Amino acid sequence: MIHIPVLRQGKPYKSVDVNKAYHYRTREQIAEISQANVGLIRRDLLQQAEMHAILQGFTTRELIAIAKKAAKHFGEDELPLGDSMQTPDDIVKQISATTGSPNVMVRRNMEKVRGVLDRGYGDIAGRALSFFPRGHSMGVILPSNSPGVHSLWAPAIALKTPLILKPGSSEPWTPYRIVQAYIKAGIPREVFGYYSADHAGGGEILRQCGRGMLFGDVGAAKAWAGDPRIEIHGPGYSKIVLADEGAKNWEKYLDLMADSIAQNSGRSCVNCSSIWTTANAREIAEALAERFAKIGPRAEEDPEAAVAPFAAPDVARRISLMIDQEMEGTADLVEAKRGTPRVAEKDGCTYLLPAVVQCSKEHALANREFLFPYASVVQVDASEIPHCLGPTLVCTAITSDKALQRRLLESNHIGRLNFGPISTMKISWDQPHEGNLFDHLYSRRAFQSVLETVA
Amino acid sequence: MSTTDLDARVRDARAKLDDHVREIVEWHFNPETGCPFWLNWAANAGWDPRKEVKNYDDLDKFGNFEDDWLRGGPVRRWVPKGFAGKPVYVFETGGSTGVPKSRVQINDFRIDYEMFSDTLPDASFPKGSDWLMLGPSGPRRLRLAVEHLAQHRGGISFCVDLDPRWVIKLIKRGEIREAEIYKQHCIDQALTILRANEIKCMFTTPKLLEALCEKINLAKYGIKGIFCGGTEMTPQFHRFAVEELLGPDIYFAPTYGNTLMGLATHRAPTPEDNWAIIYYPPAPRAILEVVNPDKPNELVGYGKTGRARLTTLTKDTFIPRFLERDECEREAPCEQYPWDGVRNVRPFSRFQKSVVEGVY
Repeated sequence: MIHIPVLRQGKPYKSVDVNKAYHYRTREQIAEISQANVGLIRRDLLQQAEMHAILQGFTTRELIAIAKKAAKHFGEDELPLGDSMQTPDDIVKQISATTGSPNVMVRRNMEKVRGVLDRGYGDIAGRALSFFPRGHSMGVILPSNSPGVHSLWAPAIALKTPLILKPGSSEPWTPYRIVQAYIKAGIPREVFGYYSADHAGGGEILRQCGRGMLFGDVGAAKAWAGDPRIEIHGPGYSKIVLADEGAKNWEKYLDLMADSIAQNSGRSCVNCSSIWTTANAREIAEALAERFAKIGPRAEEDPEAAVAPFAAPDVARRISLMIDQEMEGTADLVEAKRGTPRVAEKDGCTYLLPAVVQCSKEHALANREFLFPYASVVQVDASEIPHCLGPTLVCTAITSDKALQRRLLESNHIGRLNFGPISTMKISWDQPHEGNLFDHLYSRRAFQSVLETVA
Repeated sequence: MSTTDLDARVRDARAKLDDHVREIVEWHFNPETGCPFWLNWAANAGWDPRKEVKNYDDLDKFGNFEDDWLRGGPVRRWVPKGFAGKPVYVFETGGSTGVPKSRVQINDFRIDYEMFSDTLPDASFPKGSDWLMLGPSGPRRLRLAVEHLAQHRGGISFCVDLDPRWVIKLIKRGEIREAEIYKQHCIDQALTILRANEIKCMFTTPKLLEALCEKINLAKYGIKGIFCGGTEMTPQFHRFAVEELLGPDIYFAPTYGNTLMGLATHRAPTPEDNWAIIYYPPAPRAILEVVNPDKPNELVGYGKTGRARLTTLTKDTFIPRFLERDECEREAPCEQYPWDGVRNVRPFSRFQKSVVEGVY
């Protein structure tokens, strides 16, 4: 049996308290994961300053070189996993087994992680700049549903910041492997904490670390919303806006819309969850439905697999029921074209197949986000945009209307704004939120210097 | 001890329990000695407990005690007439689930803690040494009980101000930082006492023990024994406390208790227990059983999980078949305690979402 230990400043620790990870379909036990008690986490985090000091002994250039090596180890080598070893093929199978993600998605996400480890970060122009770290470490509360997010925190080491990780209960694999890859590449193990724990343990990590990153649902995000130390990755409510020529030529952007909605099984905060258009809403919804009706459950090793099963079948059924209960006045167009229910069973697995609704902006389903490929298509007047959009993590706007572009630029509800046909899934590592970890971890101070020897 | 010897001791303990049940039922349902609540209850029940309760199993006839009966006043309805004129104490439970439950007591807290005192090793809880009570103050039984324990063992008990209900309010409002500040306020009080006095023994809760050990090395401060309780303790916490917080020179005595029961003591751990915390109630004054949550009159098998059910049988208080907010595994009798025990008590999983636990 694979055992994934707690890592206390890099040292494995087997807890008396273990969680069991099961295969999503067979319910066979895959691993046991040591759980850290809150007091243990608190006690370890008293050492943050010492952990931080270790990384200060490296130059950034050295750390970037190590990160490149770590990327190679992550993608190609056998690495320790508790008392056993893990190959790249092993981790793909293990992630698929406990999360239900098809192998093709897992491999794509692994490449994403590898890419970010490999690239490191850009350097600063040669001006008189001084930055100070905002905390001695970064605590990260990770999700279970999307291995792709690991690429967001992994570069912290290159930014001289120790990592305190709480893995998601179904996806302990990737963060553990990233840590092992870094250690093999030459980062001292003491700068890593890996604490599988309950919600209280996660809260303690966020409270005790100088900086934090949280992946969570609406409730978790709300609990930490007022804390500037924490970068929150909750629901994104990401959107595509089509206006004037964009709405008129919608067919040209159908691939973009479908990809933004369905990539990664619709489980990312940057997946598009609604299309806001000034014309042709019905046609757009019908065309998306036509395309999504072809998506069905496939085996995890099938390279064509496009939707991931739910590790907890009840969750899929509850989500579907919630949608049906709010469906009044509209319909799931994909379900109508597919001719089978949204909840699908195959080989003992439960899937949610894509859903598209066309509705008014006031409808309960107009601005929602669910854990599968779901989108509403809403027709509005251009003058209502962006007011009608509400909080939006990523907004892709396809329009040549300069006044609308200006209003979108001025909106304080939009986290990332793409002008033109850019997928909402496309991440720019030098832009805020998705990639600019430096902005989160460091702050700029006023600085001048005349270097003279003081007599 | 052979199985035969243990079986004999279990049978003997059971016979004593049955005798004790008859004595307690006679006391509480005799119009001369019983309390108004139970006398009224019997008047409306249509059966006479004094005639029909012959042994412990017969207490099933009462059905499950409803904890709402203990909420609110007037509390004098619980004072046995047999104790008329005696000083009466009233203690309250945590109040984490609305209006707190009250329990009047005349002698129980002293008797319970004198019995508990007999289980403490003198080397780690030296007679005559002074105590720190780092736990809830206010209308808590613990506050007076620990003081009595210290006095019973010839020591003085130093106390802090700690209102756990305020902490619960802070947590429910999401003001975790304020709750943390309040915890530090309690720790500061404890540190002041520890620095000024020669304290060797302590009562504290798991969270406060962790917080205190973040500040000082208790062994260096001369602490020899810790009596810990008040909130849930997991096997992992048990290990963490012994291996990391306290070290080899401080004795750790985990307990499970509440205002209604008294104090269940921890059986000496063995390596096979893997840090499980195994408690035995102070029979025959209180009995803890593990029952099927859906059929509360049905005990689960040894090693099986169920809901904790308490029966309190003292002259101060009669509480038959009270379903606790906890679940645990049923533990077999042992040499030291020839009656049922409980293993790894934790919040009842069906209630977990609605209760704020473990806050002080």
